[in-house]
Amino acid sequence: MLTLWPPMSISENEQIVIDEFAAYDDWLDKYNLLVEMGKSLPVIGPQYKTDTYLISGCQSKVWLHAAFENGKIIFTADSDAIITKGIVNLLMRVLSNQSPDDILQAKLGFIDQIGLQEHLSPTRSNGLSNMVKQMKLYATVFKMKMAGKTGSQG
Amino acid sequence: MFPIEKIRNDFPVLHQQVYKRQLVYFDNAATTQKPVQVIEAIRHYYERDNCNIHRGVHYLSLKATEAYEEARKEVRDFIHARHAHEIIFTKGATESINLVAATFGKWFVQPGDEVVTTIMEHHSNFVPWQQMCLERGAKLRIAGINDSGELDLEGLFGLINENTKMVALAHVSNVLGTINPVKEIVSFAHERGVPVLIDGAQGVSHLPVDVQDLDCDFYCFSGHKMYGPMGIGVLYGKEKILEELPPYQLGGEMIKDVFLDHTTFNELPFKFEAGTPNVAGVAGLRAAIKYLQETGMTAIAAYEEMLLRDATAKLSAIPGMRFFGTAAHKASLISFLIGQTHPFDTGSIIDKLGIAVRTGHHCAMPLMDYMKIPGTVRASFAFYNTIEEIDLLVAAIEKAKEMLED
Repeated sequence: MLTLWPPMSISENEQIVIDEFAAYDDWLDKYNLLVEMGKSLPVIGPQYKTDTYLISGCQSKVWLHAAFENGKIIFTADSDAIITKGIVNLLMRVLSNQSPDDILQAKLGFIDQIGLQEHLSPTRSNGLSNMVKQMKLYATVFKMKMAGKTGSQG
Repeated sequence: MFPIEKIRNDFPVLHQQVYKRQLVYFDNAATTQKPVQVIEAIRHYYERDNCNIHRGVHYLSLKATEAYEEARKEVRDFIHARHAHEIIFTKGATESINLVAATFGKWFVQPGDEVVTTIMEHHSNFVPWQQMCLERGAKLRIAGINDSGELDLEGLFGLINENTKMVALAHVSNVLGTINPVKEIVSFAHERGVPVLIDGAQGVSHLPVDVQDLDCDFYCFSGHKMYGPMGIGVLYGKEKILEELPPYQLGGEMIKDVFLDHTTFNELPFKFEAGTPNVAGVAGLRAAIKYLQETGMTAIAAYEEMLLRDATAKLSAIPGMRFFGTAAHKASLISFLIGQTHPFDTGSIIDKLGIAVRTGHHCAMPLMDYMKIPGTVRASFAFYNTIEEIDLLVAAIEKAKEMLED
């Protein structure tokens, strides 16, 4: 796992994504960017592409796995649709390698700013809202484990 | 000459831009757009005629009741039913089928009985039968399809036996477009004393329907898939079988007399129309039928056939396209995938090019499992669509292919 130093905050990560999308005015170009991000998403281990890690409510399938390392959550994910992978990749870049508290407090305003808020509606078939919910759920679980001082490693 | 320009002008929704591009609406199998005549009829109803029907003695109530019952006769004529009281207004094809499955199941289906349906059914003509069979201890038998998406007719005939209580199938598949040989199936089933229900949700908007010629026992459809409003639909049933069925829901106009210990029920068609009906919906449906009749169902079918042929030829020329449903006898829709790409990706990209198509399982999960695919992209055409729009679809698919494939 690539570790950036100094580590970037969630809002710094969001700003990078916002800047990338700001370069494009046309919707098709924004989607082209999502497709490219989808193609470059680091692929999840095959052992995690099972129903246990499947996020429900998506027209395309999304598998999400979270590991806890040095107080930070490392997310990995995959999808059978490229655009969904692109959206997943965005979320990974913003939320992965952050602390449970930061993830829980993240407002994720970038989704609105880059014009993908339509995907946040619970009725949207790609279930972006379910992905966010699942990532925050992992954060809650790891936070509770930390508080219980179980010292879990993923 | 088909008056395409005049027709397009009648549909306000078509004249708008999405994502700064002209909207191309190819999701007609999900719901069709409404002509101004339908919108105006609903508006007129609420502005001038709104009233609860059947019970009032005052002017408005009589007027609204008359219009409502006149609409019933027009639906009768539209599908060539024998009697107006064989036309039951429901909220849509789904409710029509649920009504029959529930009442017929309660009255006629015993443990060990069987219901025959097909793998190409919409959930609305699958789940009501599946659940009724589970409740009654009956068995659901499912006929398959061939590689072209045509019904395995011999297989279906083989499933009909002395235990069969009902055959329920689609007139036209909402995924494959296949037009099923329903008349032949009705004839075969009737020789064995088995009634047949036809889900006509995808039939009435594309084909002239004559329920007496088909001889089916039930025919179900929705207003919103035939240029009428949402929330209104029709159950046609033969008088004899409708008389035998118990009421579905209780209260309102379906009541005749209520005593402390029992209730008697109204006669057909009111027996099945509990509660205040969707009178405005009926006004809109009436206008839609008039619009279709004035345009001409035969002319509509011929124009849509031309669109289908044009689209099929042009899409087939794109390398790597996979088609689902290539029946010889087919309604105007095309289900496809670009190579191994996901339908969601294709749909999302061509949406950004202004083209509305449907992606996913199309409420036919058993069929998707049968074909071993996650879903399809479905472009479904109506008589207000044009060759120019099909060219835009072709260009959009080529663009999506270029973006998605490496």
